[in-house]
Amino acid sequence: MFAFIWLLLWWDYRADRAQNTDDPAFVAEFELTDHQGMIRTEEDFAGRWMLVFFGFANCPDVCPTTLAEVAAVVDGLGEDAEKVQPIFISIDPERDTPMALADFVPRFDSGIIGLTGTSKQIAETAETFPIYFERIEEASAPDGYTMGHTSHLFLFDPQAGFVDSWSYGTPAEEILADLRKRI
Amino acid sequence: MKKRPYVKGLAVIFMLAGLSAPAFSGSEDVNVENAWSRASIGASRPGAAYMIVRNTGEDAVTLTGLTTPLAMMPEIHETKTNADGVSSMTPAGEITIEAGESLALEPGGLHVMLMNLQNPMTEGETFPLTLTFSDGDEVTVDVPILDIAARGPEG
Repeated sequence: MFAFIWLLLWWDYRADRAQNTDDPAFVAEFELTDHQGMIRTEEDFAGRWMLVFFGFANCPDVCPTTLAEVAAVVDGLGEDAEKVQPIFISIDPERDTPMALADFVPRFDSGIIGLTGTSKQIAETAETFPIYFERIEEASAPDGYTMGHTSHLFLFDPQAGFVDSWSYGTPAEEILADLRKRI
Repeated sequence: MKKRPYVKGLAVIFMLAGLSAPAFSGSEDVNVENAWSRASIGASRPGAAYMIVRNTGEDAVTLTGLTTPLAMMPEIHETKTNADGVSSMTPAGEITIEAGESLALEPGGLHVMLMNLQNPMTEGETFPLTLTFSDGDEVTVDVPILDIAARGPEG
Protein backbone atom coordinates (compact mmCIF):
# COMPACT_ATOMS: atom_id res chain seq x y z
CA MET A 1 0.00 0.00 0.00
CA PHE A 2 2.80 2.46 0.84
CA ALA A 3 4.45 1.59 -2.42
CA PHE A 4 1.19 2.40 -4.17
CA ILE A 5 0.87 5.82 -2.52
CA TRP A 6 4.49 6.48 -3.29
CA LEU A 7 3.85 5.63 -6.93
CA LEU A 8 0.91 8.01 -7.07
CA LEU A 9 2.96 10.83 -5.55
CA TRP A 10 5.79 10.08 -7.88
CA TRP A 11 3.38 10.13 -10.81
CA ASP A 12 2.04 13.55 -9.75
CA TYR A 13 5.55 14.85 -9.32
CA ARG A 14 6.57 13.69 -12.74
CA ALA A 15 3.39 15.05 -14.34
CA ASP A 16 4.00 18.45 -12.66
CA ARG A 17 7.53 18.51 -13.85
CA ALA A 18 6.39 17.68 -17.37
CA GLN A 19 4.11 20.68 -17.46
CA ASN A 20 7.03 23.01 -16.81
CA THR A 21 9.33 21.73 -19.49
CA ASP A 22 9.13 20.05 -22.84
CA ASP A 23 10.81 16.97 -21.44
CA PRO A 24 8.65 13.87 -21.35
CA ALA A 25 7.20 13.01 -17.93
CA PHE A 26 9.20 9.81 -18.06
CA VAL A 27 11.04 7.60 -20.46
CA ALA A 28 10.20 3.95 -21.07
CA GLU A 29 12.98 1.74 -19.74
CA PHE A 30 12.93 -2.01 -19.61
CA GLU A 31 14.97 -5.12 -20.15
CA LEU A 32 12.67 -8.08 -20.59
CA THR A 33 12.32 -11.30 -22.57
CA ASP A 34 9.96 -11.35 -25.54
CA HIS A 35 7.62 -14.18 -26.48
CA GLN A 36 10.27 -15.61 -28.78
CA GLY A 37 12.81 -15.77 -25.97
CA MET A 38 14.87 -12.73 -27.03
CA ILE A 39 16.04 -10.05 -24.60
CA ARG A 40 14.46 -6.73 -25.49
CA THR A 41 15.05 -3.20 -24.26
CA GLU A 42 13.45 0.08 -25.28
CA GLU A 43 16.48 0.66 -27.51
CA ASP A 44 15.31 -2.14 -29.81
CA PHE A 45 12.33 0.00 -30.71
CA ALA A 46 14.15 3.35 -31.10
CA GLY A 47 12.75 5.29 -34.02
CA ARG A 48 9.30 3.78 -33.62
CA TRP A 49 6.37 4.76 -31.47
CA MET A 50 5.53 2.28 -28.71
CA LEU A 51 2.03 1.40 -27.55
CA VAL A 52 2.59 -0.28 -24.18
CA PHE A 53 0.06 -2.00 -21.96
CA PHE A 54 0.17 -4.40 -19.05
CA GLY A 55 -1.75 -7.56 -18.33
CA PHE A 56 -1.58 -11.31 -17.85
CA ALA A 57 -2.57 -14.26 -19.97
CA ASN A 58 -5.00 -15.71 -17.39
CA CYS A 59 -7.05 -12.50 -17.52
CA PRO A 60 -10.28 -13.30 -19.35
CA ASP A 61 -11.86 -9.84 -19.62
CA VAL A 62 -9.74 -6.69 -19.56
CA CYS A 63 -6.61 -8.09 -21.23
CA PRO A 64 -8.23 -9.76 -24.27
CA THR A 65 -10.41 -6.68 -24.65
CA THR A 66 -7.39 -4.36 -24.69
CA LEU A 67 -5.48 -6.73 -26.98
CA ALA A 68 -8.49 -6.79 -29.34
CA GLU A 69 -8.67 -2.99 -29.32
CA VAL A 70 -4.93 -2.70 -29.99
CA ALA A 71 -5.24 -5.23 -32.83
CA ALA A 72 -8.01 -3.06 -34.29
CA VAL A 73 -5.78 0.03 -33.97
CA VAL A 74 -2.95 -1.78 -35.79
CA ASP A 75 -5.40 -2.82 -38.50
CA GLY A 76 -6.65 0.73 -38.83
CA LEU A 77 -3.13 2.12 -39.16
CA GLY A 78 -2.61 0.19 -42.38
CA GLU A 79 0.82 1.00 -43.82
CA ASP A 80 1.60 3.28 -40.87
CA ALA A 81 1.50 0.24 -38.59
CA GLU A 82 5.25 -0.21 -39.11
CA LYS A 83 5.83 3.09 -37.30
CA VAL A 84 4.16 1.75 -34.16
CA GLN A 85 5.24 -1.18 -31.98
CA PRO A 86 2.49 -2.55 -29.71
CA ILE A 87 3.96 -4.18 -26.59
CA PHE A 88 2.13 -6.27 -24.01
CA ILE A 89 4.05 -6.56 -20.72
CA SER A 90 3.05 -9.34 -18.32
CA ILE A 91 2.65 -8.49 -14.65
CA ASP A 92 2.21 -12.21 -13.86
CA PRO A 93 5.73 -13.56 -14.53
CA GLU A 94 5.04 -16.64 -12.41
CA ARG A 95 2.64 -18.03 -15.02
CA ASP A 96 3.52 -16.00 -18.10
CA THR A 97 6.66 -17.63 -19.44
CA PRO A 98 7.79 -16.52 -22.91
CA MET A 99 6.22 -19.72 -24.23
CA ALA A 100 2.88 -18.96 -22.56
CA LEU A 101 2.92 -15.49 -24.10
CA ALA A 102 3.85 -16.90 -27.52
CA ASP A 103 0.60 -18.83 -27.41
CA PHE A 104 -1.44 -15.79 -26.42
CA VAL A 105 -0.28 -12.34 -27.52
CA PRO A 106 0.40 -12.86 -31.27
CA ARG A 107 -3.01 -14.47 -31.72
CA PHE A 108 -4.59 -11.04 -31.49
CA ASP A 109 -2.20 -9.51 -34.01
CA SER A 110 1.08 -10.97 -35.19
CA GLY A 111 2.75 -7.58 -34.73
CA ILE A 112 2.16 -7.38 -30.98
CA ILE A 113 5.19 -8.32 -28.89
CA GLY A 114 4.68 -9.97 -25.51
CA LEU A 115 7.30 -9.27 -22.84
CA THR A 116 7.89 -11.02 -19.54
CA GLY A 117 10.76 -11.52 -17.11
CA THR A 118 11.66 -12.47 -13.60
CA SER A 119 9.52 -11.08 -10.76
CA LYS A 120 12.33 -8.63 -10.04
CA GLN A 121 12.50 -7.44 -13.64
CA ILE A 122 8.74 -6.93 -13.76
CA ALA A 123 8.78 -5.04 -10.46
CA GLU A 124 11.54 -2.78 -11.80
CA THR A 125 9.63 -2.19 -15.03
CA ALA A 126 6.49 -1.32 -13.06
CA GLU A 127 8.48 1.23 -11.09
CA THR A 128 9.97 2.99 -14.09
CA PHE A 129 6.67 3.39 -15.93
CA PRO A 130 5.13 3.74 -13.22
CA ILE A 131 2.29 1.29 -13.07
CA TYR A 132 0.68 -0.54 -10.20
CA PHE A 133 -0.02 -4.24 -9.95
CA GLU A 134 -0.90 -6.61 -7.17
CA ARG A 135 -1.57 -10.25 -6.63
CA ILE A 136 -5.07 -10.86 -5.25
CA GLU A 137 -5.71 -14.15 -3.48
CA GLU A 138 -8.98 -15.46 -4.87
CA ALA A 139 -9.90 -19.01 -4.01
CA SER A 140 -12.18 -19.43 -7.02
CA ALA A 141 -9.62 -18.16 -9.54
CA PRO A 142 -7.30 -20.51 -11.45
CA ASP A 143 -4.25 -21.31 -9.24
CA GLY A 144 -5.98 -19.44 -6.40
CA TYR A 145 -5.07 -15.93 -7.46
CA THR A 146 -5.83 -13.16 -9.90
CA MET A 147 -4.02 -9.91 -10.63
CA GLY A 148 -5.06 -6.29 -10.35
CA HIS A 149 -3.13 -3.96 -12.62
CA THR A 150 -3.03 -0.58 -14.32
CA SER A 151 -5.12 -0.95 -17.45
CA HIS A 152 -4.05 2.19 -19.29
CA LEU A 153 -2.58 2.06 -22.77
CA PHE A 154 0.60 4.16 -22.88
CA LEU A 155 2.03 5.90 -25.94
CA PHE A 156 5.77 6.61 -26.21
CA ASP A 157 7.43 8.64 -28.95
CA PRO A 158 10.32 7.37 -31.11
CA GLN A 159 12.77 8.51 -28.39
CA ALA A 160 10.84 6.40 -25.82
CA GLY A 161 9.45 9.52 -24.12
CA PHE A 162 6.01 9.26 -22.60
CA VAL A 163 3.43 11.11 -24.71
CA ASP A 164 -0.04 10.16 -23.57
CA SER A 165 -2.17 7.38 -22.17
CA TRP A 166 -5.70 6.18 -22.77
CA SER A 167 -7.80 4.68 -20.02
CA TYR A 168 -9.21 1.19 -20.35
CA GLY A 169 -12.34 1.13 -22.50
CA THR A 170 -11.26 3.87 -24.92
CA PRO A 171 -12.56 2.65 -28.30
CA ALA A 172 -9.97 1.70 -30.91
CA GLU A 173 -11.39 4.36 -33.27
CA GLU A 174 -10.59 7.13 -30.79
CA ILE A 175 -7.07 5.83 -30.16
CA LEU A 176 -6.52 5.52 -33.90
CA ALA A 177 -7.66 9.10 -34.57
CA ASP A 178 -5.33 10.39 -31.79
CA LEU A 179 -2.43 8.34 -33.12
CA ARG A 180 -2.90 9.52 -36.69
CA LYS A 181 -2.59 13.12 -35.55
CA ARG A 182 0.73 12.40 -33.86
CA ILE A 183 2.69 9.97 -35.96
CA MET B 1 -52.93 -16.63 -24.13
CA LYS B 2 -53.05 -12.87 -24.06
CA LYS B 3 -49.30 -12.59 -24.31
CA ARG B 4 -48.92 -14.67 -27.42
CA PRO B 5 -49.52 -12.13 -30.21
CA TYR B 6 -47.24 -9.70 -28.45
CA VAL B 7 -44.40 -12.15 -28.26
CA LYS B 8 -44.83 -13.06 -31.94
CA GLY B 9 -44.92 -9.37 -32.81
CA LEU B 10 -41.66 -8.86 -30.99
CA ALA B 11 -40.03 -11.71 -32.85
CA VAL B 12 -41.14 -10.19 -36.16
CA ILE B 13 -39.75 -6.80 -35.14
CA PHE B 14 -36.43 -8.39 -34.29
CA MET B 15 -36.32 -10.14 -37.64
CA LEU B 16 -37.26 -6.99 -39.54
CA ALA B 17 -34.62 -5.03 -37.73
CA GLY B 18 -32.07 -7.63 -38.74
CA LEU B 19 -31.11 -8.25 -35.14
CA SER B 20 -30.56 -11.66 -33.80
CA ALA B 21 -33.77 -12.86 -32.24
CA PRO B 22 -33.33 -13.21 -28.51
CA ALA B 23 -32.51 -16.79 -27.69
CA PHE B 24 -34.57 -18.04 -24.83
CA SER B 25 -36.28 -21.00 -23.41
CA GLY B 26 -37.78 -21.43 -20.00
CA SER B 27 -38.75 -18.21 -18.22
CA GLU B 28 -41.07 -15.97 -20.20
CA ASP B 29 -39.99 -12.82 -18.43
CA VAL B 30 -36.29 -12.89 -19.14
CA ASN B 31 -34.74 -12.42 -22.55
CA VAL B 32 -31.08 -12.78 -23.34
CA GLU B 33 -29.75 -10.81 -26.28
CA ASN B 34 -26.48 -10.25 -28.08
CA ALA B 35 -24.65 -13.10 -26.38
CA TRP B 36 -21.03 -13.58 -27.48
CA SER B 37 -17.68 -14.86 -26.34
CA ARG B 38 -14.13 -15.05 -27.61
CA ALA B 39 -12.30 -18.15 -28.75
CA SER B 40 -9.80 -19.47 -26.18
CA ILE B 41 -6.32 -20.90 -26.51
CA GLY B 42 -6.65 -24.37 -25.09
CA ALA B 43 -8.67 -24.99 -21.96
CA SER B 44 -6.21 -24.09 -19.22
CA ARG B 45 -7.17 -20.42 -18.89
CA PRO B 46 -10.58 -18.99 -18.07
CA GLY B 47 -12.86 -17.63 -20.77
CA ALA B 48 -15.46 -14.88 -20.64
CA ALA B 49 -18.92 -14.38 -22.14
CA TYR B 50 -21.02 -11.28 -22.62
CA MET B 51 -24.73 -10.59 -23.16
CA ILE B 52 -27.69 -8.43 -22.25
CA VAL B 53 -30.17 -10.00 -19.80
CA ARG B 54 -33.49 -8.21 -20.05
CA ASN B 55 -36.24 -8.53 -17.46
CA THR B 56 -39.46 -7.94 -19.39
CA GLY B 57 -41.66 -9.08 -16.50
CA GLU B 58 -43.43 -7.10 -13.83
CA ASP B 59 -41.35 -8.37 -10.93
CA ALA B 60 -37.69 -8.10 -10.08
CA VAL B 61 -35.68 -11.24 -10.79
CA THR B 62 -32.46 -12.33 -9.10
CA LEU B 63 -29.81 -14.18 -11.05
CA THR B 64 -28.44 -16.78 -8.67
CA GLY B 65 -26.37 -19.10 -10.77
CA LEU B 66 -25.01 -20.27 -14.09
CA THR B 67 -24.41 -23.70 -15.56
CA THR B 68 -22.84 -24.82 -18.80
CA PRO B 69 -21.28 -28.06 -20.00
CA LEU B 70 -18.36 -25.93 -21.25
CA ALA B 71 -17.05 -24.92 -17.82
CA MET B 72 -17.10 -26.51 -14.39
CA MET B 73 -17.28 -23.12 -12.70
CA PRO B 74 -19.17 -20.41 -14.53
CA GLU B 75 -19.67 -17.29 -12.41
CA ILE B 76 -20.55 -13.65 -12.82
CA HIS B 77 -17.47 -11.57 -12.08
CA GLU B 78 -17.03 -7.85 -12.05
CA THR B 79 -14.08 -5.92 -13.39
CA LYS B 80 -13.63 -2.64 -11.57
CA THR B 81 -11.26 0.09 -12.62
CA ASN B 82 -10.45 2.64 -9.92
CA ALA B 83 -9.62 6.32 -10.35
CA ASP B 84 -5.94 5.45 -10.78
CA GLY B 85 -6.70 3.17 -13.70
CA VAL B 86 -6.04 -0.04 -11.79
CA SER B 87 -8.37 -2.82 -12.90
CA SER B 88 -9.16 -5.90 -10.86
CA MET B 89 -11.83 -8.55 -10.81
CA THR B 90 -14.03 -10.05 -8.10
CA PRO B 91 -16.99 -12.48 -8.03
CA ALA B 92 -20.21 -10.45 -8.20
CA GLY B 93 -22.51 -12.79 -6.27
CA GLU B 94 -26.25 -12.68 -6.92
CA ILE B 95 -27.57 -9.91 -9.13
CA THR B 96 -31.10 -8.52 -9.03
CA ILE B 97 -32.62 -7.11 -12.20
CA GLU B 98 -35.58 -4.82 -11.53
CA ALA B 99 -38.77 -5.12 -13.61
CA GLY B 100 -38.24 -3.57 -17.03
CA GLU B 101 -34.49 -3.25 -16.46
CA SER B 102 -31.65 -5.09 -18.09
CA LEU B 103 -28.30 -6.34 -16.95
CA ALA B 104 -25.41 -5.66 -19.30
CA LEU B 105 -22.65 -8.24 -19.12
CA GLU B 106 -19.93 -6.51 -21.12
CA PRO B 107 -16.15 -6.13 -21.39
CA GLY B 108 -14.69 -4.19 -18.49
CA GLY B 109 -17.73 -4.59 -16.26
CA LEU B 110 -19.89 -7.46 -15.12
CA HIS B 111 -19.24 -10.52 -17.24
CA VAL B 112 -19.59 -14.27 -17.23
CA MET B 113 -16.30 -15.84 -16.20
CA LEU B 114 -15.92 -19.40 -17.45
CA MET B 115 -13.52 -21.25 -15.17
CA ASN B 116 -12.28 -24.82 -15.54
CA LEU B 117 -13.05 -25.07 -19.23
CA GLN B 118 -13.84 -28.63 -20.24
CA ASN B 119 -12.65 -28.05 -23.78
CA PRO B 120 -11.19 -25.16 -25.79
CA MET B 121 -13.58 -22.50 -27.04
CA THR B 122 -13.47 -22.81 -30.81
CA GLU B 123 -14.41 -19.96 -33.12
CA GLY B 124 -17.62 -20.68 -35.05
CA GLU B 125 -19.05 -22.97 -32.39
CA THR B 126 -21.65 -22.15 -29.75
CA PHE B 127 -22.18 -23.38 -26.22
CA PRO B 128 -25.34 -23.48 -24.09
CA LEU B 129 -25.39 -21.37 -20.93
CA THR B 130 -28.23 -21.69 -18.42
CA LEU B 131 -29.07 -18.78 -16.17
CA THR B 132 -30.90 -19.73 -12.96
CA PHE B 133 -33.07 -17.27 -11.07
CA SER B 134 -34.15 -17.19 -7.43
CA ASP B 135 -37.73 -18.19 -8.30
CA GLY B 136 -36.40 -21.37 -9.90
CA ASP B 137 -36.85 -20.12 -13.44
CA GLU B 138 -34.14 -20.96 -15.92
CA VAL B 139 -33.19 -19.42 -19.22
CA THR B 140 -30.84 -21.18 -21.61
CA VAL B 141 -29.02 -19.26 -24.28
CA ASP B 142 -26.69 -20.45 -27.04
CA VAL B 143 -23.56 -18.32 -26.87
CA PRO B 144 -21.67 -17.93 -30.16
CA ILE B 145 -17.88 -18.19 -29.97
CA LEU B 146 -16.31 -15.46 -32.08
CA ASP B 147 -12.75 -14.62 -33.12
CA ILE B 148 -10.23 -14.32 -30.26
CA ALA B 149 -9.91 -10.60 -31.08
CA ALA B 150 -13.68 -9.97 -31.31
CA ARG B 151 -14.76 -6.63 -29.89
CA GLY B 152 -18.50 -7.19 -29.61
CA PRO B 153 -21.42 -9.41 -30.64
CA GLU B 154 -20.85 -8.43 -34.28
CA GLY B 155 -17.25 -9.67 -34.12
